[in-house]
Amino acid sequence: MSSIAASSSSIAVLLSGNEAIAQGAREAGVGVAAGYPGTPSTEILEALVRSDPDREVYVEWSSNEKVAIDVALGAAVGGTRALTTMKHVGLNVASDTFMTAAYTGARAGLVVVSADDPGMHSSQNEQDNRFLARFAGVPLLEPSDSAEARDLTIAAFELAERFDTPVLLRTTTRIAHARGLVTLGERRAPSRAGFVRDAAKYVMLPGFARRRRVVLLERLEALRRHAEETPLNRVELRDPAVGVVTSGIAYQYVREALPEASVLKLGLTHPLPEALVRDFCARVGRVLVIEELDPYLEEQLRALGVAAEGKRFFPRAGELSPDGVRAGLRAAGLVPAGTPRTPAPAPATAARPPVLCPGCPHVVPFLALRQLGAIVTGDIGCYTLAASPPLSAMDSCVAMGSSIGMAMGLVRSGGASGPVVATIGDSTLLHAGIPALADAVANDTPLTVLVLDNGTTAMTGGQSHPGAGATIRGDGAPRVDIAALCRALGARSVTVVDPYDVAATYRALEKAIASPGLSVVITDRPCVVAPVKIRDTPFTVAAERCIACQLCMNLGCPSIVWADERYEGRHKVAIDETTCTGCAVCAQVCPTDAIALVTEGAPAHAG
Amino acid sequence: MPAESGSVLLVGVGGQGVVLSSAVAADAARRSGFDVKQSEVHGMSQRGGVVSSHLRYGPLVHSPLIGAGEADAVVALEWNEGVRAIPALRPGGTLIVSLDRIPPPSAFVDRHGGAVAYPAVAPDTLRRTVPDVRAADATSVAAAAGNARAMNSVLLGILSPLLPFPAEAWDGAIAANVPRAALEANRAAFAAGRALRFPAAPAPGTGRPRRRAPAEPPSVGSVDIVDAWCKGEDCAICVRACPEYVLGFEPDARPVRAVRPDACTACMLCEILCPDFAITVRRAAVPAGPSLVAAETT
Repeated sequence: MSSIAASSSSIAVLLSGNEAIAQGAREAGVGVAAGYPGTPSTEILEALVRSDPDREVYVEWSSNEKVAIDVALGAAVGGTRALTTMKHVGLNVASDTFMTAAYTGARAGLVVVSADDPGMHSSQNEQDNRFLARFAGVPLLEPSDSAEARDLTIAAFELAERFDTPVLLRTTTRIAHARGLVTLGERRAPSRAGFVRDAAKYVMLPGFARRRRVVLLERLEALRRHAEETPLNRVELRDPAVGVVTSGIAYQYVREALPEASVLKLGLTHPLPEALVRDFCARVGRVLVIEELDPYLEEQLRALGVAAEGKRFFPRAGELSPDGVRAGLRAAGLVPAGTPRTPAPAPATAARPPVLCPGCPHVVPFLALRQLGAIVTGDIGCYTLAASPPLSAMDSCVAMGSSIGMAMGLVRSGGASGPVVATIGDSTLLHAGIPALADAVANDTPLTVLVLDNGTTAMTGGQSHPGAGATIRGDGAPRVDIAALCRALGARSVTVVDPYDVAATYRALEKAIASPGLSVVITDRPCVVAPVKIRDTPFTVAAERCIACQLCMNLGCPSIVWADERYEGRHKVAIDETTCTGCAVCAQVCPTDAIALVTEGAPAHAG
Repeated sequence: MPAESGSVLLVGVGGQGVVLSSAVAADAARRSGFDVKQSEVHGMSQRGGVVSSHLRYGPLVHSPLIGAGEADAVVALEWNEGVRAIPALRPGGTLIVSLDRIPPPSAFVDRHGGAVAYPAVAPDTLRRTVPDVRAADATSVAAAAGNARAMNSVLLGILSPLLPFPAEAWDGAIAANVPRAALEANRAAFAAGRALRFPAAPAPGTGRPRRRAPAEPPSVGSVDIVDAWCKGEDCAICVRACPEYVLGFEPDARPVRAVRPDACTACMLCEILCPDFAITVRRAAVPAGPSLVAAETT
């Protein structure tokens, strides 16, 4: 982690794929970088900032991925190399610009990084974004480890300028968050080629766009010819009986599971080098395509008339793994089926789903919503965890900003059996919630919008956003006032409440639900984990007062555990003082006042 | 462990420092002249979920992931996660595990019977499955060495003799990756862990192991409501207070009803809090049946 901050040298250092992309961008002389945080892409811009103490590069967390790609495109049109980073679903948001940036190209290199999340470790879907490169008609690069992440980032900028096109650099979790050895090169100061007015290229009026569409198609043909020759695509001829066509992380699994097989290793996977593929397939016996997620390469090989086998043996759902590749090879009869390892049996263990942290300010609003019988449309953020027990207070979560629009639809469906409440975090509201809130106001929708304002983009580790009052470099910045924003959009009932005040939060939500038309409740408390850890005096349980009612256990707080001691057969509770943040919420819900501050509580209850 | 290549799986709970520990071990491999790959997952799992990091070293490493049943060693910063990771070990592999236990909130869901869904801390029992278990009260060892929070360095110290990395590679890796303020504590914790000898039965009472509570009859109740005395939805104190969401209203809003009668644990809150004395909770003696979750496993 510290290695990228060190000055470049010829020795190999351990970098994650994300750090290697930042390093590659610096070596390519990137001048502007913009993105929206999202696992597994987040660390690219953070590493870029760490690598740039002299502030040669302009780096920002944008309010969403569409803004980020617009910033990057504008920078590239302005003549400096530009990078934009996002997770796979972020490219959906940016796709409006992405599809047409393929027409305009740019003056300096524009590289778009999409970090996909096969297996959905931290995502709502596992879409295979290689199809978006093909859809837009832009070249697609797929690194297979950290060293290639650096190399292909540099290659992406060169390709972008040589062919005057945006380039999609697509990683997956096991590239982005895997560390490997990377040999560093010299960083370059940002290129500054300057802006040159060219309306026919950058003003996509239909008349100009029709011409650029033809340019795009001609460019794709030139790129196809380039793909045949580039060293990014290479043939590794070994045993000719089996030839594997592969890309990305799957290449690494293939090399271990089938070390003797011939491999066509593709680094540039759009446009496909058709002659190279045909030639390779003619030189080997059986052709297998081994790729993570969808049959992107396999279908194109089939369209070329190659009898390629792939998804028949290898999973289309979930993350590929060494075990998954071996299982597929067994099914294909390429490795002996006998004696698969039988792992040692383990005793039963406790499941450990992710939970809201001790002291999380999102807990109380959801406790209240459950008790108020609300139908709750959720959104993307830590608070999505409120869908799980014991809060169990969320009924939908689909995409960034969807909560408000879906709540409007639920109201208009006439099918809602209770009050409808949309819940959305501050970063998500500023990302994609504002248009929906304006819509709800303008259409006078009887609806409550609960904005969970913790001042940061928490789930991804505490990145700044326009309401956070800081830049990615930690500098102070003007901040959007969310309550004033809601009022400016036309919401007449806007209440700000402290979610650590249990009674006030209940009352605010009750009142908002009962009020006619659109109401907004904003819970205002900083995240206790990021960007800074917040700790106050912890609380403790006076065991002699605890009647084991379990009311505090309904908070789902990881600091509250069962004590060995029981009352009428039920466990009393205890508080782990090393993790308790002192939020005081449990002390407020306790019906017997058994929970008190550690310092005051002990003597007070002694008598 | 083979000298030329190997695989180590590090596991724990979000926030414990799995990723940092793995970065230290990976850097030690690099400083020893090995190719190395390391992989973990960030994001949602860091919210108190399971965190695991794969580490592989050798002359040339392709996959950053360890196959099932192929890890030479598992380093677990928490007991339950160590037990969960046993299937990752190859036959003859080593389980290095902290006796720290962090039961997740979902371990406390059997409100009637009180069974805790968490594996018993019993290294000797595990040795029937994994002969080489190196269990240590890592937090106490680290505390004795200067800082309880350097617990993960104790475990790396236990791991270190199993790996072909020289001492200076470990020291350089710790110095390069651990924040400066915690450096000396982590060096001392690492040395203390490296000095531990195994197999050693853990001293009784270490690592905060929990005594198994004697079996208790399940706590179950039923709610009687005097309809005429209940004010209904305008009051709703009992509905708000009930920890098990037993009470609610039909559309006619009065009187209150037991809408989830089976969930009642006889905690009596509704009876105590009802301002109109309209509720009586009766403790029921129910025949002992299978509890909602497995009892503490041994």
